[in-house]
Amino acid sequence: MTQAPTRHERYFADHQALAAASPGPAWLDTLRAAGWERFNAIGFPTARRGNERWKYTAVAPIARVNFAYPFLPPDNVGGPEPDFGFAAVSAAADFDGETGDAIRQHLGRLASFEDDGFAALNTAFLRDVAVVRVPDGSGAPVAVRVNHAATDGPDVEQRYARHPRTLILAGRNANLTVIETYTGPPGPRYFTNAVTEIVVSEGAQVDHYRLLNESPAAYHVGVTRVHQARDSSFSSASFALGTALARNDFAVTLDGPGAYCSLNGLYYTGQGQHIDNLISIDHAQPHCTSRLNYKGILDGNSRAVFGGEVLVRRNAQKSDAQQTDKNLLLSEDAEVDSKPSLLIYADDVQCSHGATAGQIDAQTLFYLRSRGLDLAAASRMLISAFAREIVNTVKPQPLRDYLDSLFDRNIAVKTLPVGR
Amino acid sequence: MTTPKVISRSSTTSSELDSDYKWGFTIDIDSDLAPKGLSEDVVRLISAKKQEPEWLLEWRLKAFRHWERLQYREPAWANIHHEPIDYQDIYYYAAPATKDAPKSLDEVDPEVLEAFEKLGIPLQERERLAGVAVDAVLDSVSVATTYQDMLEKAGIIFCPMSEAVRNHPELVQKYLGSVVPYTDNFFATLNSAVFSDGSFAYIPKGVRCPIELMTYFRINQADSGQFERTLIVCEEGAYVSYLEGCTAPARKSHQLHAAVVELVALDDAEIKYSTLQNWFPGDKEGKGGVYNFVTKRGLAGGRNSKISWTQVETGSAITWKYPSVILQGDNSTGEFYSVALVNRYQQADTGTKMIHQGKNTKSTIVAKGISAGHGNATYRGLVKMMPTADGAKNFTQCDSLLVGDQCGAHTVPYIEVKNPTAQMEHEASTSKVSDDQLFYCQQRGMSVEDAHFMIINGFCRGIFQELPFEFAMEASQLLKVSLEGAVG
Repeated sequence: MTQAPTRHERYFADHQALAAASPGPAWLDTLRAAGWERFNAIGFPTARRGNERWKYTAVAPIARVNFAYPFLPPDNVGGPEPDFGFAAVSAAADFDGETGDAIRQHLGRLASFEDDGFAALNTAFLRDVAVVRVPDGSGAPVAVRVNHAATDGPDVEQRYARHPRTLILAGRNANLTVIETYTGPPGPRYFTNAVTEIVVSEGAQVDHYRLLNESPAAYHVGVTRVHQARDSSFSSASFALGTALARNDFAVTLDGPGAYCSLNGLYYTGQGQHIDNLISIDHAQPHCTSRLNYKGILDGNSRAVFGGEVLVRRNAQKSDAQQTDKNLLLSEDAEVDSKPSLLIYADDVQCSHGATAGQIDAQTLFYLRSRGLDLAAASRMLISAFAREIVNTVKPQPLRDYLDSLFDRNIAVKTLPVGR
Repeated sequence: MTTPKVISRSSTTSSELDSDYKWGFTIDIDSDLAPKGLSEDVVRLISAKKQEPEWLLEWRLKAFRHWERLQYREPAWANIHHEPIDYQDIYYYAAPATKDAPKSLDEVDPEVLEAFEKLGIPLQERERLAGVAVDAVLDSVSVATTYQDMLEKAGIIFCPMSEAVRNHPELVQKYLGSVVPYTDNFFATLNSAVFSDGSFAYIPKGVRCPIELMTYFRINQADSGQFERTLIVCEEGAYVSYLEGCTAPARKSHQLHAAVVELVALDDAEIKYSTLQNWFPGDKEGKGGVYNFVTKRGLAGGRNSKISWTQVETGSAITWKYPSVILQGDNSTGEFYSVALVNRYQQADTGTKMIHQGKNTKSTIVAKGISAGHGNATYRGLVKMMPTADGAKNFTQCDSLLVGDQCGAHTVPYIEVKNPTAQMEHEASTSKVSDDQLFYCQQRGMSVEDAHFMIINGFCRGIFQELPFEFAMEASQLLKVSLEGAVG
């Protein structure tokens, strides 16, 4: 369970150096220390018996590397991404004033690190927080982007771990669109350990886009926690291009009648890559609706893991939940492990889930080829159509166009599907 | 429901505990008990009592030593909650005290026969019309097997496991543990160490078993565990349909049942295995009941072989059971049809595993869960497509019905695909009994309870049709009895 002490020592030394170099308000120091204490106690998770949350993903590649903290100023936010016409938010949060109070009130509240080693480690290295805050009652649409760009650290030989933190606070009846992107240089293997907390207040509407476009050799563990109040609406689309190892742990709590969430996802993995999506929806109150639709495209010897958990609590009558996971396998060596589960404790509910895995349908391919398309063009067309269902849920046009070309470029049919 | 007639003259009568479980009688027969608890001595004692050959004792001991290493690692992933089981507080061997093994029905203790008559098992010769050969296992020992002569003529071996060990050691040695090795899991390991009896069936090449084979299990002794082991081997082109039924007396304490079933189907062979599980589910407050931790697995090893599991699970305080098929032979087929009903405080974590290895292998899973009272039913199933399983197909459907607002229905499928040409589809839904349907039935003059039963029966119809005819009737009755008090 616990890792070799030397690695912990490295993290500990960096944690202490960070506390000394960037002392925050007292509450922040306390939070950091608590994060460290918990991480020190539980370490990184393992797929040991009974740990269903990590059943198919081993974090040993991350646990065994001696990652250092880069101690860079948080001026890298903004990054090389196109701006989609959205205003950028700096990660250098101001802990003073009214916003400071809001941060203190909410930071670490949703992303519990009690039994999550990664969230604990992120909390131990809390320094820069990208804060998006829309006050109560401001119904005017707000659109911003948060880009966490990893840059090369000071020492080329050293591998670095970054712990970006995002806090999104949508006040009552707010109308907010946030694009959260993660990018990085193609250099040495680095590790991004991100935590995002999203509070959606009564009647608020939040569109959240999460784009993972890191180096193909990077490690990424992202924890996103969303809390929805009464009559709020939360739409999310997560896009992930493969990294060596990526984890997207996304949990939504529907904590007020009439709340609605729609979680969409598209992931693509190539040679040597592994991606793990764990999407949980907690129907804690009656009359909530949730939609979950994730799709995967797998190439090379890559592996994709999907874990869906829809929980309907005893009092959450009239819940309506749908959950889908579809996977397209382009290669002989790809593997998909899908576990879409439903845990239901209330009786007056409509819940369903579905999962599929398979290759491109041979008959559909044949049809297109009989119309004069060659195999590559026909495959591309079908793969693109498969992906587009998710891309089309994106509302901002510039982002949608960008995603279309990004996925088309990456899934350039390197390996032709076997049309057996 | 009428109050059960209790044939027991001593011991706790079931009526004070629960009057709705009509199988809750105990039979007062002398039992030959091994001391409580598990140790190497007990394993040796069991083996000695059964006059087993050296290799079997060795195998048991290996299992026991492995289990000792596992001691504190009872599987924890299932969605079940119970007090820790004290494995040293269980009788691992309880045989009806008879000096010699019974040669014919006449030598069987009349009280045992009376018990089985009460259970409605066609054990006597007059039941030939029912066309069922029965191997009845009371506590740990097989009591009698009917229709030996007729089966022998066809070359079929159907006998208690202990007898098979004596008379056909080469077959037992070849296949025992070949599908479920003693290291398989905590409960299978425990079973391998202490199994006391069970059924053995061997269908030779090209033979279609003329009658349905049947085993009836019953736990009688208080605080005892039942650890039977069943092994069925179907040679090339053979066919057998096998039925299994279970009951237990109503006891305030929990009883442990950890069985292992192994099926082997060679080329073109087909095995159909049906279970009607009605162990004591515990009383209305959730006291007592059987802990049913069972490992069942079939190896569809031959080309075009087929293994089909059908189960109706209405009993047990806890059911932990995943009848699986390893689809090794090309074109082999695996099927799993299940109805799991939980009422009172019952918990069921059950499902299947379909492991596709051969080319063009096919599997079908249809699981129906019904939750009522304070029950919790979980479907947990694995479909695994290995890299060699070109063109494999799976279809899975799990539906859950909720009756009342204190129960739970859960679906936890595991899908692992390592071959792009494999196709798998999974769908599941959960809902309550439709108000519209209920209204329609009531408007036609049916009571709420009858309407519920009819709708639930219809929900399970597809599964019941997979059962042999007599069993289908019984299953439907069982469902009705188990649901009593849940609605209306």
